[in-house]
Amino acid sequence: MNKTRIRVLVGKPGLDGHDRGAKVIARALRDAGMEVIYSGLHQTPEQLVEAAIQEDVDLIGISVLSGAHMTIFPRIKELLKEQNAEDILLMGGGTIPEEDIETLIESGHVEALFTPGATTTEIVSWIKERVTAVKAEVK
Amino acid sequence: MNKETLDQWIERLFKGDRRATAKLISWVEDDIERAYIMHSVLKQTEHRMVVGITGPPGAGKSSLVEMLTTLYRDKDERVGIVAVDPSSPYSGGAILGDRIRMQTHGTDRDVFIRSMGTRGHLGGVTRSTSYILRILEGAGYGRLLLETVGVGQSELEIMQIADTVVVVLNPGTGDGIQAIKAGIMEVADVFVVNKADLPGAERMKGDIEMMLNLSCNGSGWRPPVVLTSVTNETGLETLFERIEAHRAYMLESGQKDVRRKEHLRQQVWRHWEDRLQATFDDVWQAAQGEFRDLQKADPYEVAGALWAERFKEDKWDE
Amino acid sequence: MSNNFLSWKAKYDAQRERKGPFFTVSSVPIDPLYAPGHTADIDYTRDLGNPGEYPYTRGVRSNMYRGRLWTMRMFAGFATATESNERYKFLLSQGQTGLSVAFDMPTIMGYDSDHPRAFGEVGRVGVAIDSLQDMETLFKDISLDQVSTSMTINAPAAILWAMYIVAAEKQGIPAHKLTGTIQNDILKEYIAQKSWIFPPDPSMRLITDIFKYAKDNVPKWNSISISGYHIREAGSTALQELAFTLADGFAYVEAGIKAGLDVDDFAPRLSFFFNSHTDFFEEIAKYRAARRIWARHMKEKYGAKKEESLLLRFHTQTAGCSLTGPQMENNIVRTAYQAMAAVLGGTQSLHTNSMDEVLALPSEKSVQIALRTQQVLAYETGVTNTIDPLAGSYFVETLTNQMEEGAEEYFRKIDEFGGVLGAIRENFFQQEIADAAYRYQKEIESKDRIIVGINEFVSEKKEKMDLLKIDPEVERSQVSKLTALKQSRDNILVQTTLADLKAAAQGTDNLIPKIMDAVRAYATEGEMIAVLKEVFGEYREQAVF
Repeated sequence: MNKTRIRVLVGKPGLDGHDRGAKVIARALRDAGMEVIYSGLHQTPEQLVEAAIQEDVDLIGISVLSGAHMTIFPRIKELLKEQNAEDILLMGGGTIPEEDIETLIESGHVEALFTPGATTTEIVSWIKERVTAVKAEVK
Repeated sequence: MNKETLDQWIERLFKGDRRATAKLISWVEDDIERAYIMHSVLKQTEHRMVVGITGPPGAGKSSLVEMLTTLYRDKDERVGIVAVDPSSPYSGGAILGDRIRMQTHGTDRDVFIRSMGTRGHLGGVTRSTSYILRILEGAGYGRLLLETVGVGQSELEIMQIADTVVVVLNPGTGDGIQAIKAGIMEVADVFVVNKADLPGAERMKGDIEMMLNLSCNGSGWRPPVVLTSVTNETGLETLFERIEAHRAYMLESGQKDVRRKEHLRQQVWRHWEDRLQATFDDVWQAAQGEFRDLQKADPYEVAGALWAERFKEDKWDE
Repeated sequence: MSNNFLSWKAKYDAQRERKGPFFTVSSVPIDPLYAPGHTADIDYTRDLGNPGEYPYTRGVRSNMYRGRLWTMRMFAGFATATESNERYKFLLSQGQTGLSVAFDMPTIMGYDSDHPRAFGEVGRVGVAIDSLQDMETLFKDISLDQVSTSMTINAPAAILWAMYIVAAEKQGIPAHKLTGTIQNDILKEYIAQKSWIFPPDPSMRLITDIFKYAKDNVPKWNSISISGYHIREAGSTALQELAFTLADGFAYVEAGIKAGLDVDDFAPRLSFFFNSHTDFFEEIAKYRAARRIWARHMKEKYGAKKEESLLLRFHTQTAGCSLTGPQMENNIVRTAYQAMAAVLGGTQSLHTNSMDEVLALPSEKSVQIALRTQQVLAYETGVTNTIDPLAGSYFVETLTNQMEEGAEEYFRKIDEFGGVLGAIRENFFQQEIADAAYRYQKEIESKDRIIVGINEFVSEKKEKMDLLKIDPEVERSQVSKLTALKQSRDNILVQTTLADLKAAAQGTDNLIPKIMDAVRAYATEGEMIAVLKEVFGEYREQAVF
């Protein structure tokens, strides 16, 4: 029964310990058939990227509630580039103002960002569509 | 993908490239070019020994794996870890959270940690687990650790992969009695009573020793019972030594070869089993039109008829 | 039930009911009607009491808001001490009656602003405090004997408290005149908020050191704010918030007694901090039940003799997790209802969230609206004219009783784990909370639970809000100030005091005086925490989903 699974790293970077959202998402992704590697709290960007590479995830999903999103997302993207792992998609969620979301997406640092109010259904669909599309391109 | 590209990835694996390691593991797990990949990898590896750590959820296996890894790293050895967690029987998905308890080694390039879900396979490990350990070996990780959740019968599967099986239990949770009930005594090469700072630890050690007195026939290896506490950092060196002692025993006594032969038998059987499963599915599918009266069908008859039809030369005998 | 009730029920059942479910925010089902039969067993003296009388269900003071309104205490802090000092002065000028300090993540987690882990996080969710110098700036021109200050700080609470006391000292104000609170509730960190540093045992030691020091030197200070707010924010139900918070409270009482204190020595200064979520009556019942449970246990189980030991005094914050991103102004309305519930529940002080806090720290405009919300509540709605107006309500008293029963049930379960620390170790609370959070989200997605603007009454319009932005320059300037401080102070003295602190940590002496010595020498928070980490170690969680 070895079916291909979407593998996702759900991460909590930085010092913020509020993991309600990350855990609810992790559970929803599991219920949608994905394999979720949960990074735990207080991760550095280096730890997250290393985990993403070893676990060969399709996507990294980061939850940032500490306002540090403008430094964290670019840093992770930079590290992925250094490791030749830019094919790993980066997305996330948290307390991120619309303006910043636009900036991060336009500058290519992030694929998508979800704010409080987004449903797990939305997020799961987005991930499934995007990952499937990327995998098709690679083939 | 074409063989050339695949060969390049395999070359990179042998050079210790982590991305290649991770990708090849995924392909083998997903059964993409598995046979081709494993042909190359198995030729290049020494089939080094695997230490398996199992036990009920929450026993502290991951923390022990982390501490053992630290001890191996102190001796400058490179460590490859596979952590298997059960996948949801409903969705097929899984939350793989063992990495969290191995944080110390998160950015150490000489430690590789890979999390796997059981993907519907009952028994605590999957078809590809042993292959994935060999891939890690191919990438240069000489110490191989396998962590699985073991409750009851599913501990037995880890026996088919690991050369040393460490069973981790906790005091005061009725683990001891459960373990004995589940027939775990045959599986364990080393017993660990973790969280030894909690009450009941000595008692449990005593209980296990007593059961061992009854079941051991005096020959070969008597599993030691080690008390450990990750919180207080006690017992870890002892555990390390006992594992090494078992390893030495396996080599000196020739038991390693005996067990390895059994591993091989299991793996070959599994390949046959997969093949037969696929064949059966085809045959069954093709035969759907023939079964008119399902309520009265005699399973023996149907089995015999389909077998005879498919394999032609053999007649199904009872 | 009476015949009257049954005949009403028959008529009710014969009619159409609109689409349910009819449940509270915590998914507790609610009946269409509550009548005398529901509360027939209630004895006024035994179960309610007058305000200020055991078991204090109706309030901790006999005059409540007729004597004095609750303290309007808005949580604030951002960027550096200079900016926060301005915000505090603004709030005080607008009628706020107490200060409440929000610290940034590096300060909360024990890192200085120049630590690699602090990168990108300085001043973003609160004010950056690295040393006594910052604390002095924070309260510049604010006389610390004129205000009561609440500091939301937990793992490094001893250090920040020491900085406050010394800052007051420098203003010429002796410690015994200081009033305020430090949150200092590490148990709920392990359970819900997760800003921990040290493992449980050394953390409890720091907490009891604070209890002892406060008893002798800062008697008007609330040495702990036992919190349910964060437990609720992490996704718990109202009942779990109530039960887990009180269980934590009892654990602290037991720790204080074990440390050699008489319960009446420190219990009067234990205070609480609850959430106020949107289900109006559920929240009111929760607060009333809390007072009753606390009084009963303190008297009967812990043998407290002083009346002050039996009083559950609490601060409330309206529910951050109930705020929505879309149609942000709706949050003003949610906050208003939540504030009213807290007041009808008898809170001693209140923080109302600003509408934009779902995406940023409050702008000056939004925080003013939030403060006005309390002022309208206090002066225009009339709910403060009489004490505990909802007492006797068949519905509210039934809910209050149910809350108490449910809490007692949880206490029994927690006892089976050997108490709060045992239950934390086995992930009992964390699993309950994760399950409740998941269930709540699923209810929203299946539309069993309607959230205006999210899954119903949605607006396609994208609104542009003027949100507070933290200038990255803040981090640079804080770091350079810190560098300058480290060069200008007496570094030998710093090293000496740090060494003394380490030695004391290895023993059993009260650490507060040693921390204060280091603070006076301008040792930084990060330096003190690093020394303590060497002795105490660091905590690691076991995640559950």
